[in-house]
Amino acid sequence: MSDIEKSYSPGLAKDIQKPIKDPGIEPHRVRMTDKSEKHAKTAEKQIAAMFGVSVLGAIIAVWGFFAFPIIDGDLSATRNNALWMGLGMALSMLGIGFGAVHWAKTLMPDNEVSEMRHQARSSDETRAQALEIVKLADGESGFTRRKLIRRSMYGAIAFFPIPAIIIFGDLGPVVGDTLRHTMWKPGTRLTKDPTGIPIKASDVTIGSVFHVIPEGLSEMEEHKLEEKAKAAVLLVRVNPSDLNEDPAKADWSYQGIVAYSKICTHVGCPVALYEQHTHHLLCPCHQSTFDLANHCEVVFGPASRPLPQLPIAVDAEGYLIAQSDFLDPVGPSFWDMRK
Amino acid sequence: MTNTTEKKSGFVGNTANYLDERLSVAGVLKGFGRKVFPDHWSFMLGEVALYSFVILVLSGTFLTFFYQPSMAEVHYDGSYAPLKGAQMSIAYASSLDISFDIRGGLIMRQVHHWAALLFVAAAGLHMLRVFFTGAFRKPRELNWVVGFLLFVMGMAAGFTGYSLPDDLLSGNGLRIIDGMIKGIPLIGPAISSGFFGGEFPGTEVVARLYSLHIMIVPALIIVLIGVHLMMVIIHKHTHYSGPGRTDDNVVGYPLAPVYVAKAGGFFFLVFGVIAAISATFTINPIWNYGPYDPSPVSAGTQPDWYIGWLDGALRLAPSGWDISVFGFVIPMGVMVPLVVSLVFLALVAAYPFIENWVTKDKREHHVLDRPRNNPTRTAIGAAGVTFYGVLWAGASTDLIATNFQMSLNQVLVAMQILLIIGPVIAYWVTKRACLSLQRKDREMVLHGRETGRIVRLPHGEFIEVHEPVDEYELWKLVDYKNYEPILARPDENGKITIGNRLRSAVSRIYFEDRIAPVSKAEYELAHADHAPAAVSEKPKKKQKSIKA
Amino acid sequence: MNSAKPMRRRPWAAGIVVFLGLILSGGGYAAATNVVISEVGSPEQVEEGRKLFLANCASCHGTNGEGAIGGPSLIGVGAASVDFQVGTGRMPGQGSGPQLYKKPVQFTEEQISAMAAYVASLAPGPAIPDEEYLRGDGDPTHGGELFRINCAMCHNAVGAGGALTEGKFAPALGGVTPKHTYEAMVTGPQNMPVFNDSNLTPEDKKDIITYLMYIEENDSVGGFELGSIGPVAEGLFTWIFGLGFIIAITVWLGAKSN
Repeated sequence: MSDIEKSYSPGLAKDIQKPIKDPGIEPHRVRMTDKSEKHAKTAEKQIAAMFGVSVLGAIIAVWGFFAFPIIDGDLSATRNNALWMGLGMALSMLGIGFGAVHWAKTLMPDNEVSEMRHQARSSDETRAQALEIVKLADGESGFTRRKLIRRSMYGAIAFFPIPAIIIFGDLGPVVGDTLRHTMWKPGTRLTKDPTGIPIKASDVTIGSVFHVIPEGLSEMEEHKLEEKAKAAVLLVRVNPSDLNEDPAKADWSYQGIVAYSKICTHVGCPVALYEQHTHHLLCPCHQSTFDLANHCEVVFGPASRPLPQLPIAVDAEGYLIAQSDFLDPVGPSFWDMRK
Repeated sequence: MTNTTEKKSGFVGNTANYLDERLSVAGVLKGFGRKVFPDHWSFMLGEVALYSFVILVLSGTFLTFFYQPSMAEVHYDGSYAPLKGAQMSIAYASSLDISFDIRGGLIMRQVHHWAALLFVAAAGLHMLRVFFTGAFRKPRELNWVVGFLLFVMGMAAGFTGYSLPDDLLSGNGLRIIDGMIKGIPLIGPAISSGFFGGEFPGTEVVARLYSLHIMIVPALIIVLIGVHLMMVIIHKHTHYSGPGRTDDNVVGYPLAPVYVAKAGGFFFLVFGVIAAISATFTINPIWNYGPYDPSPVSAGTQPDWYIGWLDGALRLAPSGWDISVFGFVIPMGVMVPLVVSLVFLALVAAYPFIENWVTKDKREHHVLDRPRNNPTRTAIGAAGVTFYGVLWAGASTDLIATNFQMSLNQVLVAMQILLIIGPVIAYWVTKRACLSLQRKDREMVLHGRETGRIVRLPHGEFIEVHEPVDEYELWKLVDYKNYEPILARPDENGKITIGNRLRSAVSRIYFEDRIAPVSKAEYELAHADHAPAAVSEKPKKKQKSIKA
Repeated sequence: MNSAKPMRRRPWAAGIVVFLGLILSGGGYAAATNVVISEVGSPEQVEEGRKLFLANCASCHGTNGEGAIGGPSLIGVGAASVDFQVGTGRMPGQGSGPQLYKKPVQFTEEQISAMAAYVASLAPGPAIPDEEYLRGDGDPTHGGELFRINCAMCHNAVGAGGALTEGKFAPALGGVTPKHTYEAMVTGPQNMPVFNDSNLTPEDKKDIITYLMYIEENDSVGGFELGSIGPVAEGLFTWIFGLGFIIAITVWLGAKSN
């Protein structure tokens, strides 16, 4: 088999003799505009009209820009500005587009023509010449012959990009222990998001849900969002008889008031949809559902870990405080979270 | 030589002459001016994507003049009353200013976002057209890969742009990305730290996404588009099977003037449609979502459509699969969707090579397949579309539940089941449908078109009159490739390699059930009773043949 | 558009606000504590309410509102709860499902007030809110922030509604009167949690109502909103109408002219 035959083998295809000979391209269908000058004239006028509409559109867009200056607090000015500039632009574009295509369809020739293709493969002669050039270049440079040069060059090429990778080393700090810790410390008061007003146990009536941040977070100047992204807590009071508590964690709640991390253990959305009667917490992003009355275990959806619980207590003034930080890492699972 | 130009040449002639003497433009024009392009509506989908990209560059450039990629906090003082005084990042404030306080800003933002959605949609539809017509076959396999990369880059461009306004919706989207990255074994937390410049959300990520969004990703897209189009020029465009269309020619209209007018006009049409939509329909109303804050979230938090299938994969992942190895955690709720989507993408990219490995067909293919004429490929495509479609629909389980008054949980479980059995059903139904359509084509070739006219013969028999199809139509129905499965045969060393066995097994899946095109012998046999054969010199003259 | 709407605020309204504010500032302190004392209606009204209750509600909620198999106890739910449930047509309920739907209201204003007075007379509970908090003249920025933190996860950032588990849903807030919005917050109907006055103060609730009224009264500056449900609607629109329209153009473009 020659080279060409090999590279153009039909494989599993079997030829079948066609029932008829290829009849060739269909005969040209004559258009109205081809045979009647009157129709051609009409088409010409239509095309010119469309281009005219385009000019009008551009004028409308410019008018829209000046006719509707921004007025502070008046949304209708912004609305009209966008509407008329947009419609004007649309008109000016569509005018040109429809005009040009109509022109092509009605007045330009619509005879289909055939053009020959060339195979992508170069001719044997060209390939032989190309190979000659490669051999010549190899000979002249001694690329194959001079092993030492060749191999040291490979080494250099392998090593030179390394600094280009290393140079990005300071994109972010080395991950320390930050993923395992939050702002919560023993005695930190639970405060309302976003105001930072501390919450008394008596404020939390049955069926209430409080969105909670640690005391001091709302006044933070730096890293406020980073801390909030880990420390956000949901505070709920359920009827203590509905609460099925782990005996080891029985003192983590206060008279039916429980605090759980608001950050989903799946990929980190705020899990905040609390259903008062089912005690279910639903994540709106991927529908992981946690049973708050049952240590926030996963009852549905892609999450695998329960939401971490924040141990709480009440201080001398009746305010809710954290007993400690979360004992489990909050948010999405990561590789070495248990280490 | 200059004197060869016609005497009447004025300014235009002189300019042309000036340019040609320096840039040999005449040669370029001579080479490309009358290049032939086939005409079919489905060949314009790639153009829609290209033009959307041009519109994206134009509108995006406008936006860069006003947008500030900074996460420093400010108090908003713009026109939108319900956010006055709110604390937010400069990025969000400047996006609000573009929307409310800069004339033309809102329309440009909406043009940019609608064009982005359309860009990826058109690219996806173009990919489907190329797939189902077999346009990826030799010599275009590499161009398929380039196109695939363009689609992936389109998603990347979209996602990096989606996050720039730093609103609540996109912030939660970023948070999901952060959660997925952190779940990657070993390197996850470090990559997350590198991406966000520390802990999520940090103060760096918007500026970094901005660099990616306005420089790196578009530069890659432009390079890939260049390569993509260059290859189209090298290969010339494919055409659908039909009379006079072969693997050795290309049939259509010349570039100048027809295609210059049609394709040029089409750019304005695409722009016009996008502008009209942008003028009348809100997209991504960032002012509704508020500034990013890690604590709140809105119901119906979803990504833009092209990321939807990945979000759907995250939703459909079953719970409780986490693996613990020596105390290290591998969160399968993240890894399963990640691996499944990467495998899906890899299969899409590799499909031309897989099919070629099965058929061993090394010829160049320039005549497109009608989808029915390659039932297995079409069925695989339908299965893939179903798989993607279920994942995509999976990203809107909550909206499906509320809008059709169903249980969220049941919708999600139904999607999980559908993700497994949907592609199987789609494969089977599509393959059978293709084979049936092929049988119908055969019937049409052999016996002509059913006219619905019933005739009673003198001896009392009722028959339906069939009308033979004309030769142009007939050619279309018989001009396709016929593949047959192979048996695994021993090679030169007398061994049957595993590769050969596998190939023979897969080729059976592909070609076991097949309808071969009508051959000359069959055709003549069918028409033997009613000489002369249906094809006469004048195809327009309807010759009635009667099916016995 | 905005300018076409009648002016909501009258010049004299400011004076009344100041006047009412002075009177109610004392009440505001009272409201900040948890026990909300309902105004007790006249004995006749309570009696009228009791009759209506026995005829329409007692089969599920017990003859003294103590609760029965079909419905929960109404002792301590307050007038606000009755006004919300009956005033939005959710009560009397039809069958028992995961969710009570909004229906045409079955009773007149007076009848609802009477039943509310009766239920309020059983035990103290949240009262029907003061007009002062329902006018929408609070701080929309603060209201928006509170809405996003406390409400948007279920009701969507602009109150378009959202899904809960097992077929339940958080309803859309468009068209809900400020009074009912307020009552829903203080009573926590069905699976909605309670937002008592120490969690969201009456001023906070007023701000939330102001924000909701603002977004309801102002059309989206971008044009039609596609249901305000976010990127899914935008994606579907792109595929069906955007691409659909463009494909129609390509078909015209590729078709031969006559």
